[in-house]
Amino acid sequence: MAVTTPPGQPARIPFYRDTRIIAIIVQVVFALVVIGTLWFLYSTMMDGLRRANLLPSFAFLRQPASFPISESPIPYDPSRTYAYAFLVGVLNTLRVASIGIVLATILGIVLGIARLSNNWLLRNIATVYVEIVRNVPLLLQLFFWYAMSQAFPRVQEAISFGGLLFLHNRGVTIAWPRANDDFGAWAPWLWAGLIAGVGFYIARRIQFARRDRPGVALPWALLIAAAIALLGFVVTRVIAGQWPVTLEIPELQRFGFSGGITMTTNFAALLFGLVIYTATFIGEIVRSGIQAVNKGQREAARALGLTNAQTLRLVIFPQALRIIIPPMTSQYLNLTKNSSLAVAIGFPDLFAVAGTTLNQTGQAVPVILMVMASYLSISLLTSLLMNWYNKRMQLVER
Amino acid sequence: MATEASQPRARAPRPSIGVLEWLRQNLFSNWWNTLLSIVLLFLVFQALSGLLRWVVTTEGWIGVTSNVRLLLVGRYPPDQIWRPELVVGLIAVLLGLSGGAWRGIPLVLAVGFSVAMAVLGLLSLALPPDQVQPVFSTRLFLFGVAALTALGLAAAWRGGSRLRWPLVAGWILLYPVAVLILRGVGEATIGTNLWGGLMLTMILAISGIVLSFPLGVLLALGRRSNLPVIKWFCVAYIELIRGVPLVTVLFMASLMLPLFLPAEVRVDAVVRAIVAVTLFSAAYLAENVRGGLQAIPRGQVEAARALGLNVVQTTLLITLPQALRAVIPVLVGQFIALFKDTSLVVIIGLMDLLGAAQAIYTQPQWLGIPGGVWRETFFVVAGIYWIFSFTMSRTARQIETNLNVGKL
Repeated sequence: MAVTTPPGQPARIPFYRDTRIIAIIVQVVFALVVIGTLWFLYSTMMDGLRRANLLPSFAFLRQPASFPISESPIPYDPSRTYAYAFLVGVLNTLRVASIGIVLATILGIVLGIARLSNNWLLRNIATVYVEIVRNVPLLLQLFFWYAMSQAFPRVQEAISFGGLLFLHNRGVTIAWPRANDDFGAWAPWLWAGLIAGVGFYIARRIQFARRDRPGVALPWALLIAAAIALLGFVVTRVIAGQWPVTLEIPELQRFGFSGGITMTTNFAALLFGLVIYTATFIGEIVRSGIQAVNKGQREAARALGLTNAQTLRLVIFPQALRIIIPPMTSQYLNLTKNSSLAVAIGFPDLFAVAGTTLNQTGQAVPVILMVMASYLSISLLTSLLMNWYNKRMQLVER
Repeated sequence: MATEASQPRARAPRPSIGVLEWLRQNLFSNWWNTLLSIVLLFLVFQALSGLLRWVVTTEGWIGVTSNVRLLLVGRYPPDQIWRPELVVGLIAVLLGLSGGAWRGIPLVLAVGFSVAMAVLGLLSLALPPDQVQPVFSTRLFLFGVAALTALGLAAAWRGGSRLRWPLVAGWILLYPVAVLILRGVGEATIGTNLWGGLMLTMILAISGIVLSFPLGVLLALGRRSNLPVIKWFCVAYIELIRGVPLVTVLFMASLMLPLFLPAEVRVDAVVRAIVAVTLFSAAYLAENVRGGLQAIPRGQVEAARALGLNVVQTTLLITLPQALRAVIPVLVGQFIALFKDTSLVVIIGLMDLLGAAQAIYTQPQWLGIPGGVWRETFFVVAGIYWIFSFTMSRTARQIETNLNVGKL
């Protein structure tokens, strides 16, 4: 018996009007076009490279780099391999990015609060600073700071700030705390302070939880830890006759400074430029975050009898923080990525080292892949960390 | 009640306070503020007087005044200088007409442009003749542009609203026409290797935004698509590009693009930079547009579907227009970032505005000037970047208030 369509039921939709089938066709075509394009680009590239006898390979990584790197956090000399040189670049990037993030955050928070100050002068100075710095390219600013650092006087005539900070054309020298021989005698005190602080904090939190009401734990814990450490500091001085840690004042020798730490001009210019630039963006984020907290919250807090400082600390900041963290993360990422401009002012960061490697070996493809992979993983790591922190802060909400 | 609602809402009267009271409230409200104000006042005075003294006494301005052309057009052939001048003239006319046709923000921009050009013309009168090259044409050009803008304004002042659509078409056509004028046709083309200075900066920024806009919108739509293959492709592209610095993309374009393409295809450096800037900017633009798309209530799409619009119609007629309108201020912000970022092409060896600045202060003839000319050069170039960026960011803020958008 022939199968007939039951009356009342519409005829089958032809396949070319069935959205499910169209969706599949569109995706297949799209995938084919993408793969085809990539294949075309890849094969032309390989053809060209084969003719130039430069087939991509990572073998060069094991050869000696044979180029100097002006500064490195780990021992380096030109006989080390390319892979090791690349590692130096990565570490330099991480060094400038991490210090930069900390300093930019501090300056940014100060700026954001200054922008909301009730002092007219302070508020407007902050505004002028933000509007000037934000609207000028970062690279120009870096060139400017670098040119300025080159115009500093010679080491012998370094500009001194209270004998603790020196500016000269070889860099910036800062007084820096240094541990003495008797540091070992002080260390147990540090541990004791740490344990006491943590113990106090945990005990208080348990107490709060039992009483089911909030209270202040962290400042007291820090105070206790600091007090014990300070006591130990003095006791060590009395027993051993010298401080366990002293501030090492830089001293001018014949060929430069000894003592303290010296940043090269390239590093200082890069760090300074990145911090000055990024802080304006962070400042705007902090300002808008604080402003975004409902006005009623502040009024309610004041009505409950909290002081101005308590209102800020307990009501405004915890809520503003939730608004601030996500855009702050992208500023941290921006700072890290912008540190690649180091190549323009001669700081050997990851991009600069890779550039030299590329010029020497001609291995464009592996080198660029390595650079991109490094930046991607740094970005990914930062976002993961900040997302984790963000989630923790969000939990504060009921 | 009804009469009250129909009346325009009057502003609450502001209590007027005297100067002394204002000072007390804003600078000297308590001992801490008083101390702060005095210290800041001292610092500001020191900084401003130092700046003023430097501006008046430094000899370094010669570095800028003798290199105006290098800053503006780079190594563009001097006898062909009428080409960029013609383009600026076209912009002036369009700007003037738009100011008359729309009033509002375009009016402010047109008047500001005209006044700025006139002021520059007057300034050039103050310079000694040998520093303005070629004297006559520069002054004529500056005053001419100011006059053209004013003429355009006057022409469109009455009944200019009829001109709106032709003007939109004019602005869109301006880009290809300008590129054509600057390049020239036939035998006498002017290679992009000669383009430079502010002109190159503008071309890179405008090309970047014009070309990355459609790409960015497509990526944003793709990222919100139901089709997994397209969605994941867009996600991967956007996240990859946003995870790496622009320098790497520029470097890749300048090194790898020639490798990727067959040997016959020659891509010159400016085009490579434009490709890099476009690919880079598109990823960021896509995220901005996506923000706008997400802000549209579901009901809009459902209503459109209920009316019988298909997916393409819904996107083009319902969601995209609303999304784009909501993100206009963000897009201007993106354009400002792009404008500043074009300075990175210095690293791949192009001579844009920043590159020209570098070329100027490293010229050997300034060795005789104490301290060189780098401060003055950076001061002027930073000023040029600043004026453009600041104008754009103010415009964005104004659009935001006018449209009452931007609060996603």
